Amino acid sequence: MSELNRMTIAQARKGMAEGSFSSVELTQSCVNAMDARADLGAFITPTPDAALEAAAEADKKRAAGDQGPLLGIPLGIKDLFCTEGVQTTAASRILQGFRPTYESTVTSNLLRDGAVFLGKLNLDEFAMGSSNTTSYYGNVVNPWQSSEKPDMQLVPGGSSGGSASAVAARLCLGATGTDTGGSIRQPAAFCGITGLKPTYGRCSRWGVVAFASSLDQAGPMARSVEDCALMLGSMAGYDPMDTTSVDTAVPDYTAELGAGVKGLKIGIPREYRVDGMPEEIEKLWMETADRLRAEGAEIVDISLPHTHAALPAYYIVAPAEASSNLARYDGVRYGFRADAPEGLPEFASLEEMYATTRGEGFGQEVQRRIMIGAYVLSAGFYDAYYNKARQVRTLIAQDFASAFEQVDAILTPTTPSPAFGITEEPTGVEMYMNDVFTVPASMAGIPGISVPVGMSKAGLPLGVQVLGKPFEEVGLLRVAQAVETAADFTATPQLMA
Amino acid sequence: MAQTIKGQTGEWEIVIGLEVHAQVLSESKLFSGASTTFGKAPNHNVALVDAALPGMLPVLNEVCVRQAVRSGLGIKAAINLYSVFDRKNYFYADLPQGYQISQLYHPIVGEGELTIDLEEGESRAIGIERIHLEQDAGKSIHDQDPHRSFIDLNRTGVALMEIVSKPDLRGGDEASAYMTKLRSILRYLGTCDGNMEQGSMRADVNVSVRPMGSTELGTRTETKNVNSVRFIRQAVEYEAQRQVELLEGGGQVVQETRLYDPTKGETRSMRSKEEAHDYRYFPDPDLLPLQLDQAFVDAIAADLPELPDEKRARFEASYGLSNYDAGVLVAEKETGDFFEAVAEGRDAKLAANWVMGELFGALNKAGVELSNSPVSADALGGLIEAIGSDTISGRTAKDVFATMFETGKSADTIIDEQGLKQISDEGAIEAALDEIIASNPAQVEKAKENPKLKGWFVGQVMKATGGQANPGVVNKLINEKLG
Repeated sequence: MSELNRMTIAQARKGMAEGSFSSVELTQSCVNAMDARADLGAFITPTPDAALEAAAEADKKRAAGDQGPLLGIPLGIKDLFCTEGVQTTAASRILQGFRPTYESTVTSNLLRDGAVFLGKLNLDEFAMGSSNTTSYYGNVVNPWQSSEKPDMQLVPGGSSGGSASAVAARLCLGATGTDTGGSIRQPAAFCGITGLKPTYGRCSRWGVVAFASSLDQAGPMARSVEDCALMLGSMAGYDPMDTTSVDTAVPDYTAELGAGVKGLKIGIPREYRVDGMPEEIEKLWMETADRLRAEGAEIVDISLPHTHAALPAYYIVAPAEASSNLARYDGVRYGFRADAPEGLPEFASLEEMYATTRGEGFGQEVQRRIMIGAYVLSAGFYDAYYNKARQVRTLIAQDFASAFEQVDAILTPTTPSPAFGITEEPTGVEMYMNDVFTVPASMAGIPGISVPVGMSKAGLPLGVQVLGKPFEEVGLLRVAQAVETAADFTATPQLMA
Repeated sequence: MAQTIKGQTGEWEIVIGLEVHAQVLSESKLFSGASTTFGKAPNHNVALVDAALPGMLPVLNEVCVRQAVRSGLGIKAAINLYSVFDRKNYFYADLPQGYQISQLYHPIVGEGELTIDLEEGESRAIGIERIHLEQDAGKSIHDQDPHRSFIDLNRTGVALMEIVSKPDLRGGDEASAYMTKLRSILRYLGTCDGNMEQGSMRADVNVSVRPMGSTELGTRTETKNVNSVRFIRQAVEYEAQRQVELLEGGGQVVQETRLYDPTKGETRSMRSKEEAHDYRYFPDPDLLPLQLDQAFVDAIAADLPELPDEKRARFEASYGLSNYDAGVLVAEKETGDFFEAVAEGRDAKLAANWVMGELFGALNKAGVELSNSPVSADALGGLIEAIGSDTISGRTAKDVFATMFETGKSADTIIDEQGLKQISDEGAIEAALDEIIASNPAQVEKAKENPKLKGWFVGQVMKATGGQANPGVVNKLINEKLG
């Protein structure tokens, strides 16, 4: 019973349904794991007491006949979701101490279905980053270690780095993430877990701290495709409070699991063979394709001709929206406000208070993106940058739409490299290159999932990404599970609890 | 006649465009469920999204969309089935989001027009460029504490229609006539209450001048938030005069934002173009483009009320009113409705005279709104019937009206109580007259020689009937009997 925390959600559901253990026991096991691996920095605000209370409540409900789909399942919540009464920071100093009086729609849905929340997970500040090194509350450490440099702490990827690290280290059975340009899929790949970014509009954004509204999408991160399907079933749904959410029924996402890929056409986009991509990644990608072919899929060479423009366009659209979305953090109504200058009772002006608060409250990466965003929206540059980027976005969406006339799913690597060291963190554009394979799907709004399929030479996990048609997550999960089964990825991280 | 300015160098034309902000009549705000009720305690009407809490999202209020479409149809404008909400970004204390949601690139209403009514029955069509929907800002209160400012977010997010005219107006008179007419139309439509003193309607006044005959536009200034028809006229006149003097003195008009100071009757500089914000407009990614279908618009069009211009024409045609009278009666929907209730089935011209004459006079004197008039339309109608049926004379009617206004009683009650009923029954008057003739043979003879003396008999009949004999009938009978 000491390793309940290592179970998948599906296993835990079964175990609790059969009465083999209680949610309190399961949750206690996760709480112990969180204590044991506090050094990973995965949580900003752990809530073990509330979790154990919720678990006891779940056990009572089960005794009374409740069979909620996630009843008693302990999950971690990315600290970008507003949670009622529990500090919500977006990993920024500027939201320090902010306790929402409301619960985001996605977390409300999970609570409705019986989930137990272990606490709030670390991330890159305002979800801006690919390494989880921009959090005001400290770096998150990847539980995997490189055989080549075993003493080096590795990044978990980002922005959902706390979620990925916690799930990989078995601190929780699953976690919520959000993905704007790869923030679920890239850290999932770096940490050897499975992460699904649903179709834009599938999960409500209400109550999720906004980064780039036209791209942000919540999704599940877990240790199996099936677990992602189970979580998505609870997270997804139309929400009248988010007019960009889509009013379409939530299907049973496990419906086609196990159906295999026989007869399906899987596209391999030639543009995803980028310069400088390590051979081991190319090799795993092709091996995965071969395995699917062996299972009866037809592998089709396809073209997504505007892929090269996706990343630059993304780094216009996302900062533009962010520069506006983050204007509300001004130190007036909630969160952090800077102190007046030394020796003075107050600021000279409102503008000075804003500027100082935002200067001290936002980290460097956030400030950089706000400035980029303000620049590309400014008079005289708007058409050249923002409007052009929107046109590119349309072309990328068209690329995918025509590709999906030929194929059922698309297979790509998730990242161009395995996890890197916290101290060897690339800077600027190099860092942005981490998202090169994940950004196109974000720009098109289509669903994508990263599945761990193998190891790098240094013993680090690598993932492939499967992309699907809008709102056809059922079919996407089916293909993803075939990838998972064929890869039979069973390795576990060194820093596992 | 358009107003011009005669300067030292020649005649100058004044070119004006108005951007009117009209608060949409709706129960709740443009993107939140918070109430729009005026006069609540500060920060009482605030939803989470109005205060820009993290993760909160705007949800478009369909009522506000209907109201904008209705307003557009009221000015005969093209309705854009596709429109987009944009963010206008700037930092200000009463703007919690750090941006205002507006419609820059694709407004909901396109080009339309409105007819302004000028002196002497003249009228002129003024082009309207567009109407777009946007959020109002909150209120900063600076005068309650020596060191601090307070913020009231009650108005934050309330829906406004920005109604932008073309630069078709040519003077203070036209500008104020435009505002008056626009207000009237919106009130008819029920899309804005037009309460200017509460800030429900206010105008940004763009003014430039150019030498008469020139077709190029001069550099304009924009005077912000002018909140009365009179102030609009004054702001235009002050600003145009200032610009002419500036130009004639060899100076240049600076494109800038100005403020109108109603106590001094002048405008002064607020900020120049160099200090102007770069608002970094872009489509709000929290809101999908607004796509209306034609049936939605058609249904609103089918439900449109009769508007002032049509009503005025109808009053002229079916009640035989003069253009001027009809104009006065339709300016406010309530007045037109009141008049029609009085005129219904009665003498319409008499009704118009009484509504505009005695009633308006009494209301004005008492400082009472028509809606609180102590004399209802029905009651006034009763008085008019009493006149029409010769129950009372026009002269008596004025006294009866005064009592009605004072006591709220009906005309009939007052006539009965005070015994004012006029005797028109020829038999009764003839009997009285015959008696007077019989007992005054000498007077009869004199009157037959000198018809001027017939007046004595009129007085006697009046005396005998307590003043209630119908004077017309009395005269007729005296003429018959005394030849």
